[in-house]
Amino acid sequence: MIAIVDYKAGNLTSVARALEHLGHSCEITDRPERVRAADRAILPGVGAAGATMENLRALGLDEVLRNDVVGAGKPFLGICIGIQVLFDWSEEDDARCLGIIAGRVVRFPPAVDGRPLKVPQIGWNRVRQTQPHPVFRGVPDNTHFYFVNSYYPVPDDPALVIAASDHGVPFCAAVARDNVVATQFHLEKSGAAGLRLLDNFCRLEP
Amino acid sequence: MIAKRIIPCLDVRAGQVTKGVRFLDNADVGDPVAMARYYYEQGADELVFYDITASNERRGIMIDVVRAVAREIFIPFSVGGGLRTLEDMRAVLLAGAEKVSIDSGAVRDPSLIAAGARAFGSQCVVLSMQVKRTGRAGLPSGHEVIIDGGRTPTRRDAFEWAREGERMGAGELCVNSIDADGTKAGYDLEITRMIADGVGIPVIASGGAGEPRHLLDAFTAGGADAAIVASIVHYGECTIPDLKRYLRGSGVEIREAINLDFRDEETKRSGT
Repeated sequence: MIAIVDYKAGNLTSVARALEHLGHSCEITDRPERVRAADRAILPGVGAAGATMENLRALGLDEVLRNDVVGAGKPFLGICIGIQVLFDWSEEDDARCLGIIAGRVVRFPPAVDGRPLKVPQIGWNRVRQTQPHPVFRGVPDNTHFYFVNSYYPVPDDPALVIAASDHGVPFCAAVARDNVVATQFHLEKSGAAGLRLLDNFCRLEP
Repeated sequence: MIAKRIIPCLDVRAGQVTKGVRFLDNADVGDPVAMARYYYEQGADELVFYDITASNERRGIMIDVVRAVAREIFIPFSVGGGLRTLEDMRAVLLAGAEKVSIDSGAVRDPSLIAAGARAFGSQCVVLSMQVKRTGRAGLPSGHEVIIDGGRTPTRRDAFEWAREGERMGAGELCVNSIDADGTKAGYDLEITRMIADGVGIPVIASGGAGEPRHLLDAFTAGGADAAIVASIVHYGECTIPDLKRYLRGSGVEIREAINLDFRDEETKRSGT
């Protein structure tokens, strides 16, 4: 069973519907024991870093994700705010985050070369696969994925970046380390390519 | 670079898709779930549904449509028409829409924009505005905001309302020209450009697309980030792939929708 971690914010049902469409059973839950019991976990959604972390802590899910999912070697997928809270700190709300991956999360600049940049970026952007990873199996390089974000992650170790994109500046679009994979784009809203990545994640060997 | 989006618009009345030409004379063209699936498979970048006979009794029908569509398509879609309260917005988002499109409700109560942005995030709130050219004094953009499906003038300037909407927290603006809507003579590039240059959020051009060239104009001269299409695609004059091929050939950054029949591949590989 795949646990979709409910932290009382983002739209979790869209990820659940995508998983159901792919034939994978899942459960939306905010209960630590249900997340612990799952084979793998997904932290999805749209939200602000500060509120997301507050809710995860209040529910005791921060420790569960650190120790019983990531620490226990179970496949973990973070989507959008779910990639951002993996890092040490986010500029959004000056939030201390999970610290599972070393690095920080910063805001897109308001302008680049004197030209204003639209923030948040809302829409389909090309994703360059900067190194091979099993979640990209069957997905062509430079495929468009759907993004909605004002902030982006900056891992301390650039070797963890598996995909990049550009919005005024080049930015990290996906990271991976061991059993952890996370994307800044919304797999559940990215058409066939997004479904393929989601399916690939569900088939990753623990 | 973010791709320019092509967004088919489906007007829904009592659970069925219609296309209003200048908001009159609606003719049935189909089942919203089947049409949503069709445009999703064709490579539409997003969809928008307008509940054009929104009334409290009918709200439930639209929610059922939204729920059914959300199970079939895996791209963003927004829902608008008659959303007046935070609860109206919450209902369509919970049913599976990615965004809500608010229009007359926001003009009557602008705090609805801020409340929606606070509750669901700006990215969920599209401020849709019906605008009409006017010679009325005191409207510097020369365009007035009209509400109630094109019936009620507001004496609000279109450009100023767009700026106010952004300040209140709208994540995107949809600018629908009542003059251009249904004419197939092209988008109103003047007001689209003025608003696109004046705000820092994405602007969606709407009303008037009759040929591929009109979309190119909206994205270049009009400065739009996305364009709504209706009859040009509903009646089969152009398909979404036709439009995308033309725009890509004209140098516009457009999303290539890939078709991955990966479940067949999995089936073959596992030999079942």
